[in-house]
This record gives sequence, C-alpha cells and structure tokens, in this order.
Amino acid sequence: MSDLRELYQEVILDHYRRPRNFREAEGDARRADGFNPLCGDRVTVFLVMDGDIVRDVSFKGVGCAISTASASLMTEALKGKTRAEAETLFTRFHDMITGPGAGSAETESLGKLAVFSGVRDYPVRVKCATLAWHAFHAALEGRGEPVSTE
Amino acid sequence: MKSASGFAAPGARQGSALNVAAVRADFPILKDSVHGRPLVYLDNAATTQKPRAVTDAVTDFYAHGNSNVHRGVHWLSQQATERYEAARASVQTFLGARSPEEIVFVRGATEGINLVAQTYGRARVGPGDEVLITAMEHHSNIVPWQMLCEERGAMLRVAPINDSGELAVNEFARLLSPKTRLAAITHMSNALGTINPVAQLVETAHARGVPVLVDGAQAAAHLSVDVSALDCDFYVFSGHKVYGPTGIGALYGKAAHLAAMPPYQGGGDMILDVSFERTIYNKAPFKFEAGTPHISGAIGLAAAIDYIGRWGKNAIAEHETALTRYALEKLAGIDGLRFIGTARERTSVVSFVLEGIHPHDIGTVLDQEGIAIRTGHHCAQPIMSRFGVPATARASLAMYNTRDEIDALAAALRAVVRMFNR
Repeated sequence: MSDLRELYQEVILDHYRRPRNFREAEGDARRADGFNPLCGDRVTVFLVMDGDIVRDVSFKGVGCAISTASASLMTEALKGKTRAEAETLFTRFHDMITGPGAGSAETESLGKLAVFSGVRDYPVRVKCATLAWHAFHAALEGRGEPVSTE
Repeated sequence: MKSASGFAAPGARQGSALNVAAVRADFPILKDSVHGRPLVYLDNAATTQKPRAVTDAVTDFYAHGNSNVHRGVHWLSQQATERYEAARASVQTFLGARSPEEIVFVRGATEGINLVAQTYGRARVGPGDEVLITAMEHHSNIVPWQMLCEERGAMLRVAPINDSGELAVNEFARLLSPKTRLAAITHMSNALGTINPVAQLVETAHARGVPVLVDGAQAAAHLSVDVSALDCDFYVFSGHKVYGPTGIGALYGKAAHLAAMPPYQGGGDMILDVSFERTIYNKAPFKFEAGTPHISGAIGLAAAIDYIGRWGKNAIAEHETALTRYALEKLAGIDGLRFIGTARERTSVVSFVLEGIHPHDIGTVLDQEGIAIRTGHHCAQPIMSRFGVPATARASLAMYNTRDEIDALAAALRAVVRMFNR
C-alpha cells in the first residue's frame, strides 16, 4: 500500500484524529453548511470577519479522513488572511488537486495544504477535499443555503 | 483455477453443491486485475457481473437478430417478437407468476415501483389515506410513495425496525389501519441483508384488505421467489442485479390489478386504436410498455435467468448463505469492527463500520488492493440515521465469490486498521 501513503500522509492522519478549530465560532459568526450526497458527509463552517480580514474560522461535522483533515488544515491556513488572499488560496488548492500537476512554486505557496497533492490521483476523493472550502466560500459570500458537492 | 470455495465439486453439477470454479470461468471480468491486483468483486448488491451467456445473447441479438417487436410482418421482426415474448415467459417462470400477461417489462425495480405508484396508487389513494412502508426500505421504495402521498394529500407510515435490523412485525400489523390503501415492503434489505417474512406480512395485510407491493431488487438473486405462493399483489426486480443487463427489469402484477389499472406512459405499442378524438388502449402487459421496449435487455435477462437455472437457485443460495456466515466469522475478529444489521434471517450482505475510520477511507484503501466494496449510505439514508452512522462499508456476495476473497477482504481490513490506528 505504498501509493496510499501519498494520499494518507501523516499530517492528514494527524488532523483527522485531532482536528484543529473543531468547534462552533464564538459571537457573531457567519455559517454555511456543506453536504456531499455521495457519502453523506456534512460540514458546517463558521466564519468571523474583521473588516476584510478572516479573524476566526472553525468547523463542525462528520467526514472521512480527507474531508476532516482538509477542513482542519483549511481553518489554520485561513486565519488572518484577507478576503482576496483566501480566495486565491482556494483557487490554488483546487487547481493543485484537480489539475494535471501544479508548478512547484504554486504548491510551495500552499504551505501545509500541499499534503493534499496526492488527492489528484484519486478523482472520486476530490469532493472530500473541497467540501469545507466550498462551505467556507459560501459563508464568505454570505449565502445562507447549504452547498452541495453535486 | 483452484477450487477456493470449499463447496466446489469437480464436474459441473454434482449433488447440490455449486461448482464455484466453473461458475467463475463463465465471468470474464473475474480474471481481470485492478490496480495490479486480482479483482475481488464484493459489490454485488449494487450490480452483479455478467456471465458470457448474457453478453453473448445481447451481442448476438444486435449482430444477427435485430428488429423491432410487435410491428412488422417480416421474418426478423417476427423472430424478435418471439424472443421478446419468450423472455417474458422466462420471467414468469422465474417469479412463479400464473401467466406471462402478469409480467410488465420496465427499466428496473425503481421504474416498477413508480409505475404502480403512478397508476394503481393514484387511482386508489386519496386525501387522508395512508401508505405503509418499513424503516429498511431503499430510497426507491420510499420516494415514489412520498411523491404520491404529497400529491394525493395522503400520509406515509413507516413500520420500525429493531436494533438487529429486523422489522417489528407487530408494529407493522398495528400500523395497518382502515385508512391504509397499500403496503410496500422490501423482500430483503440492500443495506442490512435482512430477509423479511414477506409471506406472513402479505397475509397480515390481506387480512385487513390491504394490497402489498414487494420490492425484490435484492432478493431476486439470492432467494427463491414464488409470487403465487406469496400472494403478493405486485413484485418488482432489476435484471442487472441477477446477472442480466442494466436498463431492464420486471413488474409482476396480479392480472386483475393490471387489467383495472390506467396506463403509465402514452405512446406506441400501448394502444389498439388511435384517432385525435380518442384512443383505445392495448391490454396488459402491453398497456404499460409504451414505445419500443428494451428488446436486447429482455433477451439478456432471459439468458441470465437461464444461467441461474443451470446451476439451480437452491445450490446458489446454499453457497451464498454459507459464505455469508464465513464472512461474518472472519470479520468479527477485526479490531473496532461493528456490524450494522445482525438479523437472524439474512444473506449475502455484510454491512459494517470500523471505529474511528470513515467508510470512504476504507473503500479507497481496499480499492488499491483490487477489492471492490460499496461505501456510503447505500441509498438508504433512513437506515443510516436509525443506526446513528453517516455511512457504512458493505461487502455483498454473489454466486461466484469464494472464501479466498473473504480472506483477502479480512486481511485488507486489518491493514486499514493498522494504517489508521498507528
């Protein structure tokens, strides 16, 4: 199962076992639900903005290792980012796991999120990795309705 | 090929034991590899693989027999019509129906249920009435009734299941009220493997004057079905789950019901006479088969039924039941594994969860080992809620599966546990 080590890297397993920012946000948070009808996974992302800056982002829900770790690492990556930086990060992340292979510079700019590059080889798991990001995006846009991966 | 099942006897049919090695030789896909490993196909509840007899029948029809049915006076059309109607007779025998006119070809179990809901159901169910289903139904035996109830202002009632995944038969009986117009129950659960006591349920419902539709999508491959003995009013199944092609299935309906029911879809073949003023409908079953039917599918389904008959349903069922028992024993010892569905009467489906490991991750790891299982909610979300899990992993068996394959599954699951719980 050597190939699987590329997908299930130690950082991913660690964030799956002990997800960070796994809580509801305090105070006046925007929230958005994400749902993957394929597997029944649900995630709720809570977002507190401070002007143009992401002050706090957290999540709750149940999911597989990929979707839980992705949500967890996403919350770490987004805190303190401006709205534009957050959008760029999402685009780069999405490109990395769906594209034919992003340049090393782009992957490097993703920091810890680069551990998800192995998802590229498992197309049916892409939705797991992007579920929380789609929910975050909906929260950022202030859309109330749940987002679905379908 | 070595005999791996422990049931295999040399020669095609000796005694009642299924020669699994000979069966496997009939399924080309079972010799294939996935990710460089021999395919271990354990997703038979989703769809079964096809023996060469079925793919040959379909190919041969298109290569040398293709023509439309019930139309032309030319030879090919007559041949196609004969084969299509012979397929109907095969399904009749397969289900134990009294006449071929009681068999309607549909796309599958789902369409069969929708047909009954939209014709029989619409005519019979009105405001304040009730339709009774069970808590272990597939979405295809929930949603058509929900749609009907919503349209007609009726109420959907659900008979509960216990912690083992068995229907609470007393509750089912209690929920049959003077308002109940129809009961729809599965013969066998796709998510739990539970076999329902359908004969008893039909008797109970009939005693209250309630007709019963039985969803045989899972059961048809594993259990002997005799709709006349069951006395059910409707029975549906899908061809692709009994080693036949996709896109073809059958609805059995008692002749009196079919005769009284309005048509389902309008079009060619379902009519006797058409003018712009009025149309006279054809008789059953043609009344329900508008348009050119899935001719090659019906012929392929007949080939699948022949194939099952060649080995004998009893021998197949015996093999599958023993293999199910073997799988339950083998998997029970795995660290953190919990079975979802532990009914006494069960076969061929083993659903489980591993503590702290999501079914999707199990599925991905097993796939790399060439092992195909289903992970998810199995189109039965209410069952998942009932057991408090978002999803399960499900290994489902067919006549060609072996003990070696169960051993491979168990070994791979142990590797999953090691990988995630290090």
